[in-house]
Amino acid sequence: MMNRWHVLKRVMPLLVGMVLLLSGCGRADLSTLRPQGPVAEEQFGLMKLTITIMVVVVLIVFAIAVYVIVRYRRRPGDKSIPVQVEGNHKLEIIWTVIPIVLLIILGVPTVKSVFGLAKDYTHDPKAIQVHVTAHQYWWEFEYPNLGVKTAQELIIPNDAVISVEAKTADVLHSFWIPSLAGKTDTNPGGNVNTMYFEAPKTGVYLGKCAELCGPSHSLMDFKVKVVDRASFDRWVAAMKNPVQLPDDQQVADLLNKQCLSCHAIGDKGVQLYPNLTGIGSRQAVAGILVNTDDPKYKNEGSVEDNLKRWIKDPQAVKPGTQMPKVDLTDDQIDAIAKYLAGLKLEY
Amino acid sequence: MSGHAHVDGKLPHEPEKATLEGRNKVLGFWLFLGGETVLFGTLFSAFLALRHQVGDGNPTANELFELPTVALATFILLTSSLTSVFAIQSMHTNKVKSMLWWLVITVIFGLAFLGLEIYEFNNYVHEGHKFSTSAFSSSFYTLVGFHGAHVLFGVLWISILIAQVLKKGLNVVTAPKIYVAGMYWHFIDVVWVFIFTVVYLMGKVG
Amino acid sequence: MAHGHKVKRYSGLKDWLTTVDHKKIGILYLLSGGFFFLVGGLEALLIRIQLWKPLNDFVAAHTFNELLTMHGTTMIFLAAMPMIFALMNAIVPLQIGARDVAFPFVNAIGFWTFFAGGVLLNVSWFAGGAPDAGWTAYAPLSTATYSSTHGLDYYVIGLQIAGIGTLVGGINFLATIINMRAPGMSFMRMPMFTWTAFITSALILFAFPALTVGLVAMMFDRVFSANFFEPTNGGNAVLWEHIFWIFGHPEVYILILPAFGVISEVISTFSRKRLFGYSSMVFATVLIGFLGFMVWAHHMFTTGLGPVANALFSIATMLIAVPTGIKIFNWLFTMWGGSIRFTTANLFAVGFVPTFVMGGVTGVMLAAAPADFQYHDSYFVVAHFHYVIVGGLILGLFSGLFYWWPKMFGRMLNETLGKIFFWLFFIGFHLTFFVQHFLGLMGMPRRVWTYLDGLGFNNLNLISTIGAMTMGLGTIVFLINIVVTSAKPRNASNDPWEDGRTLEWTIPSPAPEYNFAQTPLVRGYDAFWKEKMEGKTEMVPAEPLGPIHMPSPSSLPLFMSIGLFIAGLGFMYAKGDYGTGAWAWILHHHIVAIFGLAITLTCMFLRSVFDDHGFHIETDEILRDKGVKA
Repeated sequence: MMNRWHVLKRVMPLLVGMVLLLSGCGRADLSTLRPQGPVAEEQFGLMKLTITIMVVVVLIVFAIAVYVIVRYRRRPGDKSIPVQVEGNHKLEIIWTVIPIVLLIILGVPTVKSVFGLAKDYTHDPKAIQVHVTAHQYWWEFEYPNLGVKTAQELIIPNDAVISVEAKTADVLHSFWIPSLAGKTDTNPGGNVNTMYFEAPKTGVYLGKCAELCGPSHSLMDFKVKVVDRASFDRWVAAMKNPVQLPDDQQVADLLNKQCLSCHAIGDKGVQLYPNLTGIGSRQAVAGILVNTDDPKYKNEGSVEDNLKRWIKDPQAVKPGTQMPKVDLTDDQIDAIAKYLAGLKLEY
Repeated sequence: MSGHAHVDGKLPHEPEKATLEGRNKVLGFWLFLGGETVLFGTLFSAFLALRHQVGDGNPTANELFELPTVALATFILLTSSLTSVFAIQSMHTNKVKSMLWWLVITVIFGLAFLGLEIYEFNNYVHEGHKFSTSAFSSSFYTLVGFHGAHVLFGVLWISILIAQVLKKGLNVVTAPKIYVAGMYWHFIDVVWVFIFTVVYLMGKVG
Repeated sequence: MAHGHKVKRYSGLKDWLTTVDHKKIGILYLLSGGFFFLVGGLEALLIRIQLWKPLNDFVAAHTFNELLTMHGTTMIFLAAMPMIFALMNAIVPLQIGARDVAFPFVNAIGFWTFFAGGVLLNVSWFAGGAPDAGWTAYAPLSTATYSSTHGLDYYVIGLQIAGIGTLVGGINFLATIINMRAPGMSFMRMPMFTWTAFITSALILFAFPALTVGLVAMMFDRVFSANFFEPTNGGNAVLWEHIFWIFGHPEVYILILPAFGVISEVISTFSRKRLFGYSSMVFATVLIGFLGFMVWAHHMFTTGLGPVANALFSIATMLIAVPTGIKIFNWLFTMWGGSIRFTTANLFAVGFVPTFVMGGVTGVMLAAAPADFQYHDSYFVVAHFHYVIVGGLILGLFSGLFYWWPKMFGRMLNETLGKIFFWLFFIGFHLTFFVQHFLGLMGMPRRVWTYLDGLGFNNLNLISTIGAMTMGLGTIVFLINIVVTSAKPRNASNDPWEDGRTLEWTIPSPAPEYNFAQTPLVRGYDAFWKEKMEGKTEMVPAEPLGPIHMPSPSSLPLFMSIGLFIAGLGFMYAKGDYGTGAWAWILHHHIVAIFGLAITLTCMFLRSVFDDHGFHIETDEILRDKGVKA
């Protein structure tokens, strides 16, 4: 018995260590263990502090446990009666006081950080204000001071504080950018949650919905694209540029009738569902069909292919989505996908 | 030990605590009232959280509540609490007849209270304050209605006990039941005091 | 004394349906809780199969949400709670030297309402869809607007009915422990398991009514168009979160405290040593119970309660680590200097200690609100609470089952199969859940139906699924063990582990109907051990041998719960389009619901009006039970 215990105790961490080594600490654009901005950094710092303290505690308990199990196991035929110890005040005080001390070490930075992260930037003119509205199963990003509204892809500059005000249009969701900022729930009604973060490094980061919100909860991804200031300004301007409808009048009519009754492209259409301005230059279609010229996985493809796949059967991609299967022939879908894939923003 | 040990003999001073079963019943009921306190506490919290959510065009608490009616109901219910005390006192002095009369009066007061409450709810509904009108109305009817349902249950319960005592007499089996029903009735009164304050008085002031 | 009453005793199925004997009710709880444990486990396996590879489509997305909801709900309310009640029923009266619980009849009501609620909840699978909003049923996803099937109706009504059973069970054990202790059994001489049962019952009493109100409010929202949680009409979705967690956090301690009690008993017995620091153990238990009510909002750090609330709840939560730590070290030092025997029961207990510590420390990590902005609703949380509930409660329950099995059934479970079961379950458990910490930290949210390829989640999810299969395999070994054991003769002695310390080991296995032929006189903590150390083999009786009064069996509890079951269905299906026939009229006018409630109220009326005189077990029958010794 003893050997098995011993072996298990020794082998388990090794196995686990190997697994972790193999998988690293996760992707830099997704993992909380590889923070890419000061807010996530601060949270990671607190995580490291707690993990360190806790690993020490666990090791002490494990060490005592292993020692006791090995040292005091009953030998066969042992009929002796051990001393019936009632307790030991000194020991009991020690293991009451030490945890309290550890908790103070942990509690002080926690409280400091709680208040630090609750700082309100919603009236800071230098911060980029973003109103996040969660929908089943997509994200709407509005920049109230810039007069721009987009969906699924949050574009932000790398030199400013991003101040988020989050709410929901339907059920609870939770707005989470693991590598940048932690999360905040999106509540219904007038109950708006705020959060801020900074992203000094340009690049694309993955965002997720963290609160069960229906069948496609797991597919409610979004992206955060961090660009430099000049490029951000260009993007804002490009978002406001007038948009050219397809040259082919038939396709244009189709688009007006079947797409723009719910969606907006630039100055055209309705803002009920995800804004499609510049959809051709986004990272993904419907949040989860990743756009790439070198598809490796089931959910990857070129922009145009992804658009076709999505329009053809939205329920197959995102169960429960409100995007209907629009009455279009394959040729019509191809034409619309081709047009949408060509809607690229230069920035 | 057994529940009928004292049936033939003279009743002790506190017949409800004469047997282990009786003591268990009284203790268990105290515990139950502890749970009931949490139940009403949660209902009060929900009401407090939602009481300003009246909605556009619906009557507010201030417009709805008719304090004179509610004050009368309060007076009736508090008096019934007193009569239930008299009933228990009579039980302790082994005056079965007077105990029964006090219980009957308690039941009558309870019925009067229920009548007023039904009248009041009926008025509210006519003024457009229905159960599903707003968060305020839902939480109001749930809280006050839960209390009303407790009063109704108490009235039925005490009535059945009156019938039982008439049939079986007062003994160590029936005495704990009466005692526990008395506790229940006091509890309902205490809850009502809070409802009167939190729902009606606070509703009137804003 | 007149003993003229007819002795009413049934046998066979009728006996089980009408029993008010706490030991039989304990077995009923165990059977049904065990059944629901298997159902919940099956749901867990389906969840893990779906997640074994990225973009899997083994089950559909909405089915997955039903599975995860029913897995959580079933495991907490229909498996863990009843199995705790099984042990409490089987053991607590024996440990305090009582002949029965304070309210045997209410005890039966507790079981049957739990059972009716549990069955009702699971009927949803066959009635158009199970609940799918998570076991937490957060509004508005759980409101009629976003959940149009009857699934959530089954949830709110099934749990209300099951909750009644739990609540009366809690009251029953409080009254039992306060009023029914044998002479000399003072509070500070009570075995640790009884203490934890006591505190757990108190927590049930103060936590479950809050859940009931929440469920009633949600039921009113769904069935009668109320607006508690419906934001469009002024309702408040966050209010549900508060109500749910004001119940939900104490619920965690309701679950874990009895496991603490079991571990204390088992470790002490198999170390042949008195529990180290008994009074600080009692103190820690009470403190955990108390603090359990002060920390609910740590489930809501990301809800937006503001920094003051978050800071306060962070600190309060961290404080719970102190009494928990006291317990851990007390267990270790109970073993220290002892003579430890590794039976299956003790393997589970010893395995519990480090496992629970791991669950505990991740709890402290989660308490740091800013870090929780990252952990919250990720797989890290899934790992944490499974370490606490499976690594804590379930290991504790299995330990207790192996330990008390002979006392409940008169047969010892097979130790070899038991140890195989332990190792499969223990290793499978760590495989399943240890890696989930890292999945969460690497950005995998919880309750996801699937995950994309290339995110680095694949290997760890595969390991987790393999672990779950291993646990399933272990459980099968346990079932085989039960079957094998039940075929063996009933030959367990009074004190089959030979190192028993408490009163339950002074009476035959299984205990006779009346438990103690003579109520024992308790002369100290570890009452039986004390007598043993003075060279005695029996307790000193506190009363002469005499006839024992027993409560009569009754079918009313069964019918009361059937009434509630029917009423529940009636409320659920009152709304809906059934045309214009008689059936539609009956449903729309709540006739079914009224009929069901009428059954229940009639049963209550009958119980009140017809006195239960019970019956007596005569001295010669008791002597016959005692056999030669008399």
